[in-house]
Amino acid sequence: MSGLQIIFILVAALTLGAGLLAVTVRNLVHAALWLILALFGVAIFFVLLNAGFLAVAQVVVYIGAIAILMIFAIMLTQQVASYKGTQLNANWIWSAFIAVVVFAGLAWILSSWSGFSTLPPEMSARADPLRQLGSALVSPTAYVIPFEVASVLLLAALIGAIIIAWDRK
Amino acid sequence: MIPLSWYLVFSAALFAIGLFGVLARKNAVAILIGIELMLNSVNINLVAFWRYIAPDGISGQAFAVIVFAVAAAEVAVGLALIISIYRRRGTIAAEEIDMLKF
Repeated sequence: MSGLQIIFILVAALTLGAGLLAVTVRNLVHAALWLILALFGVAIFFVLLNAGFLAVAQVVVYIGAIAILMIFAIMLTQQVASYKGTQLNANWIWSAFIAVVVFAGLAWILSSWSGFSTLPPEMSARADPLRQLGSALVSPTAYVIPFEVASVLLLAALIGAIIIAWDRK
Repeated sequence: MIPLSWYLVFSAALFAIGLFGVLARKNAVAILIGIELMLNSVNINLVAFWRYIAPDGISGQAFAVIVFAVAAAEVAVGLALIISIYRRRGTIAAEEIDMLKF
């Protein structure tokens, strides 16, 4: 077993454990902190997959913005966050059952696929994924339209969030 | 060398955990936490397929960037809705937000 594989297993265990705690702990602030740890684990996976830009974007966007926004929302709804009873609804056993079935189904379908255990091809030394990604996002022959649609979506979400959360009194 | 299967099984497990969070949690913010985990597992899948199957193109990473943008938009609007509901109804438990039933 190579060093990379050991790192993979450690990070995978960390991420899955943190994710499991994030969806089960009772205190919501703790859940958000576990979510941050899981997001860090995902960022490490992006590094292992030679996607350095996405790892940085993961830390900046998910941990820096989304997770902090969630902590703000939890604190603004404090009475609910300090609620002492169970945080799981009455159907949680069925939910766990569905989640296990989905995982088993995905694993079974994927394992019957012929490319399941592909090894990574060598990245050629001249390849520069970051430069490629940058030019693909603004190239008319590639992804400029989805990119612009995403920016309009972000603007709409920004204005919409302000209007929805506005206290009209 | 890490085979592709490890990434696929890992992201399937993370997706299942997020799905459990979405289905089983009472609190609306906790449901959003589950959605974030699911989106992240999808991103890992996209990038893993890019690295293992088509490293010459860039589609996988470009898709992942779009998913980032959509996740940010979704969480901003979602949390604004939750805060607005909390202000009007004093609760954000998903089972008590049932105005549409009346």
